[in-house]
Amino acid sequence: MTQDDAFPTPISDRSSASPAIAVSHLTKIYKSAPAVDDISFAIRRGSITGLLGGNGAGKTTTIAMIMGLVLPTSGTVEVLGHKMPDEAAAVLGRMNFESPYVDMPMRLTVRQNLAIFGRLYAVDNLKARIAELASDLDLSDFLDRSNGKLSAGQKTRVALAKALINDPELLLLDEPTASLDPDTADWVRSHLERYCKRRGATILLASHNMLEVERLCDRVIILKRGRIEDDDSPAGIMARYNRTTLEEVFLDVARGRDREAAQ
Amino acid sequence: MNDMSLRIAPHRIGAMILRYWYLLLSSWPRLLELMYWPTLQIITWGFLQTYIAANAGFFARAGGTLIGAVILWDILFRGQLGFSISFLEEMWARNLGNLMMSPLTPIEFLLALMTMSLIRLAIGVIPMTLLAMWFFDFNFYSLGLPLIAFFCNLVFTSWAVGIFVSGLVLRNGLGAESIVWTLMFALMPLACVYYPVQVLPHWLQLVAWSLPPTYVFEGMRALLIDHVFRFDLMLTALGLNAALLLASFAAFIALLRSARRVGALLSAGE
Repeated sequence: MTQDDAFPTPISDRSSASPAIAVSHLTKIYKSAPAVDDISFAIRRGSITGLLGGNGAGKTTTIAMIMGLVLPTSGTVEVLGHKMPDEAAAVLGRMNFESPYVDMPMRLTVRQNLAIFGRLYAVDNLKARIAELASDLDLSDFLDRSNGKLSAGQKTRVALAKALINDPELLLLDEPTASLDPDTADWVRSHLERYCKRRGATILLASHNMLEVERLCDRVIILKRGRIEDDDSPAGIMARYNRTTLEEVFLDVARGRDREAAQ
Repeated sequence: MNDMSLRIAPHRIGAMILRYWYLLLSSWPRLLELMYWPTLQIITWGFLQTYIAANAGFFARAGGTLIGAVILWDILFRGQLGFSISFLEEMWARNLGNLMMSPLTPIEFLLALMTMSLIRLAIGVIPMTLLAMWFFDFNFYSLGLPLIAFFCNLVFTSWAVGIFVSGLVLRNGLGAESIVWTLMFALMPLACVYYPVQVLPHWLQLVAWSLPPTYVFEGMRALLIDHVFRFDLMLTALGLNAALLLASFAAFIALLRSARRVGALLSAGE
């Protein structure tokens, strides 16, 4: 429904057999400090993967490099089979993101914001799509209110609506439930789960919320000081650290306790 | 967004124009500000022109050169501000990441900003010209067809400067915002807005003639004082503007790439 005439999917899309995201020896050095240090991973299509790590672990920089907002110092990123950022035009219409580092224009109403992003993504039948999102994400009561006059929870739902406006194949989420009350956060997670199942979409999310990652993710990549500390399913990682929650694993990693010591 | 992409889709440019149009309509201070300074300018300079014309023979003969210069300068200055402020709105709103991650290409973004500069210019300058007509008996539109050449050349220069300073702000954050408001004033003495180029020392004249607006202001004086349209001046200005626009676009792309390298798009604030 959102196929942009300017960015058609190639008929023999080499991306269809490729991972949703393939990162190889990715490194980002700001001045002399490495923010991301030689990481490699591939993310299967239709999966939900969590990037875990403390502050400064490199989660946001990794996601930004995948989106093409930050250029790597070295290494490569492929998204939906296309090299980023060189072939970004081929994939930007098929992906979307939500991040606490960006806002929607505050003076514009929710409807106006969604209409503008819908046009940018060449969404067909935009009015119907906005109505659908308003219904799905419970935005109808404030669709004609300025974005700046919304509560934090409402803003998050609007940002999620913007991220879903083009029905993306790939969704990158940076702290999608940060600053939300438990009820709204749970509601957002349920919506993401439903979306992923219905669309067969791939989600990569960075989060500090271990319950969220346990609940949503098929796979967890733990980053520490820009490097991959561990990479497995939540159950696999917890078993390896002999812990019952990811939060305990996170504390072990953050405090430098290795797997053997944790056991 | 691929830095080198030159794809242009009208629906994306239209979406961006709509975004700025909604913003203007939602904020009466923004609309008022567009007309406030041009109105003050024309009133101040209009009275000065009236006073000088009554007391100096040359200016009496060269009626309208001051007011004409004020209006043309405002086209140049407001054209650049109209471009740059629309760009700054994205920085202030922390919306740049959303745009950079969307299929919007740099050229489409710049074309939308150019269109908005024209819209904002119209809102600010048309009332100014009407005031000049009613209060100071100066019909700006009586310049006729040459006015189109003056207008186009000034707007092209304003876009070139707007593109360049937007790139600087993109790369350096809102700490560089003051450049948006001040850079054009650096051109003012060299562009010979209110006096002929011959007033400048010889070496500065060479610098002045490298700036497209100098040709426009000289052309305006030739038209109002000698009643001659200097087509040659307009053609040279057009050539210089083409070079300036290309250079500013290349600079914008280079600054955007540099912003990506240092991670400035993620922290597009101070």
